[in-house]
Amino acid sequence: MSSKKPMVPSTDSCASAGLSMRKVALAVAGTLLFAAAGSALAATPPTSQVNTTHLAVTDNEIIVGQLHSSTGTMAISETGSIEAERLAIDQINASGGVLGRKIKIIQEDGASDWPTFAEKAKKLLEENHVAAIFGCWTSASRKAVLPVLERDNGLLYYPTFYEGLEQSKNVIYTGQEATQQVFAGLDWVAKTKHAKTFYLIGSDYIWPRTTMKLARKYIETVLHGKVVGEEYAALGSTGFGSTINKIRLKKPDVIYAAVVGGSNVSWFKQLKAAGITGKNHTLLTLSVTEDEVKGIGGENLTGFYSAMKYFQSLDTPRNKEFVKQFKAKFGADAPIGDVTQAAYEGPWIWKAAVEKAGSFDTDKVVKAEETGSISIDAPEGMVYLESNHHLKTRLRIGEWRSDGQADIVYTSDYIMPNPFPKGY
Amino acid sequence: MDGYSISELWSILVMQGFSGLSLFSVLLLMALGLAIIFGQMGVINMAHGEFMTIGAYTIYLFSKVTEQYFPSLMPYYFLVAIFAAFAIAFAVGYLVEYSLIRHLYKRPLDTLLATWGLSLIMQQIFRSVFGAREVSATLPDWLMGSWQPTPDIDIPLNGLFVMGISIAVTIAVVLFLYRSNWGLKVRATTQNRIMAGSVGINTKKVDRITFAVGCGIAGIAGASFTTIASTGPTSGSLYIVDTFLVVVFGGAGSIIGTVSSAFSIAQAQSILTFFLTNAMGKVVTLMTIIIILMMRPEGLFTSKVRK
Repeated sequence: MSSKKPMVPSTDSCASAGLSMRKVALAVAGTLLFAAAGSALAATPPTSQVNTTHLAVTDNEIIVGQLHSSTGTMAISETGSIEAERLAIDQINASGGVLGRKIKIIQEDGASDWPTFAEKAKKLLEENHVAAIFGCWTSASRKAVLPVLERDNGLLYYPTFYEGLEQSKNVIYTGQEATQQVFAGLDWVAKTKHAKTFYLIGSDYIWPRTTMKLARKYIETVLHGKVVGEEYAALGSTGFGSTINKIRLKKPDVIYAAVVGGSNVSWFKQLKAAGITGKNHTLLTLSVTEDEVKGIGGENLTGFYSAMKYFQSLDTPRNKEFVKQFKAKFGADAPIGDVTQAAYEGPWIWKAAVEKAGSFDTDKVVKAEETGSISIDAPEGMVYLESNHHLKTRLRIGEWRSDGQADIVYTSDYIMPNPFPKGY
Repeated sequence: MDGYSISELWSILVMQGFSGLSLFSVLLLMALGLAIIFGQMGVINMAHGEFMTIGAYTIYLFSKVTEQYFPSLMPYYFLVAIFAAFAIAFAVGYLVEYSLIRHLYKRPLDTLLATWGLSLIMQQIFRSVFGAREVSATLPDWLMGSWQPTPDIDIPLNGLFVMGISIAVTIAVVLFLYRSNWGLKVRATTQNRIMAGSVGINTKKVDRITFAVGCGIAGIAGASFTTIASTGPTSGSLYIVDTFLVVVFGGAGSIIGTVSSAFSIAQAQSILTFFLTNAMGKVVTLMTIIIILMMRPEGLFTSKVRK
């Protein structure tokens, strides 16, 4: 992918230029384009060769599915992923498509309802015969889609950081699994803040619970610290007054948080109101990206830390280019969070795998992916797809500023994905 | 409790007490509008949360406009915006009553379905207009942070603010229902619609205003909750269960019931959450409510209405 930077269509703005000159230039450009198209066509392998499993592939088109919630509670979170995948696919199309074929998207709405996700996945695979699905966000929706994928031998690119303990042949996980997000972050906070005592708080469902289980074990056995409180708030709960008082009483060195959704906003607003800020407490969270900051308000987060693999403020030419392209398409206000960036990686990894396999067939694509030799130059930096379907990436710690962006204060080495950690 | 000084424990006690009162005012503010609509009119308004969201988005819009065009007025916009939140929610409520609710007074269970549908429609409208992502109003500085009477005690300013609004709205509702001419008509209509009509009360108009006032109060509640919670298309749905809980537990049709039910639920939840976990606190509270409701199906306080 690094060699094929997506082309940004330039708009012709010099209206004052001589018309005849432009005509000539256009004619030349047209000829060149035609020649380029001709050579591309020549390189396009025949459909019968790249598709032996009745996928929706024609000589110049390949259909993929996009399955996120654009309505319901989860639309808040999944909007960024929808946008990022669209951007990636547009860019792939602009640079010639995949195996000479343009990607066409069929978008379905999971409507924040897990059975709907399964039903729509079935529709995409059995009626539309899509070559790949980019979608899901919550673990619940992924678990609902999984049996359908495995039965119909579909292929899902899943963008969210999640609890791990899963590895399906039919899923590529472009987000971090728990060990990639938890251990390095705890190491960092223990070392730089000399933290010995931790207060764990999360929303009450599988991801925070699994993550906190890993965190507790790591704190107790590796860091030799102490967990002074562990607590889960019901999804959607908006009152944290008593919890905050408990934290005051226990005086932990670090508040380690994984609260999600609307509760997350209440949690941070009430922390700030209770006088717990970045100035007097260390708080490390696993559930705040630029997307959430928009709802929470940067002023409520100033000085707190997030552990993510990507922050919009990442200062590399590759990321600046990506941010520019994203904002040009979706508006200057559109935030780019960790998951959004991970969603952007999905289509590129799929393209790389298809080209390596020389085929759209799921089995061949998965085989190419499992060689462990696929890597892409993503906005977060180079990422490597390992044979266990997860990405080898780095972890970053960002310190939030009041303007809703983070200063990256720490970047780890590359961390091997390990979805089934031993002893946990 | 070893390792803690007396003054530290005292501070925690004070703050914990405040956190209970703060939750009380939140619950009360949520429930007041519904207490009027459900309690007085018997309309099961599932879209109550969405009227709160209208209030929240009003604050958001005011904050954006003020920030953009009159930055010097930032400290004051919130007070104006709260009145606007009432006005807008009132107007929408008025419209909804006219176009939907009034056809369903004889079919209370259908109002449940209709208003639930309405809530979905409203959520999708919010999503289309404001986007699916949550937004955050810029709050004036005087609403942020905490008040420290002693170095150990932090009293959240936004909690105090919500409490103030809550008290003011309660007083207004009580005056409206029990001291105003309108309140008299409202109560007369609730107690006996036909008789009220025959003594010359325009019961249709009374219904319309009552419903709209309830919605307007929800707007105020939503507006003040922007200081402590989220503003998104589905934020309202976070409140609906608690809201009904308070009203049903208190006894429909009784403001004093709503107040005492909000108080007991809030204190129970706040204290239990402190000693148990967050989730267990809620479980125990709900269990207790269920048991009490089994013994007193009409709620804590029942209004003596001839059925």
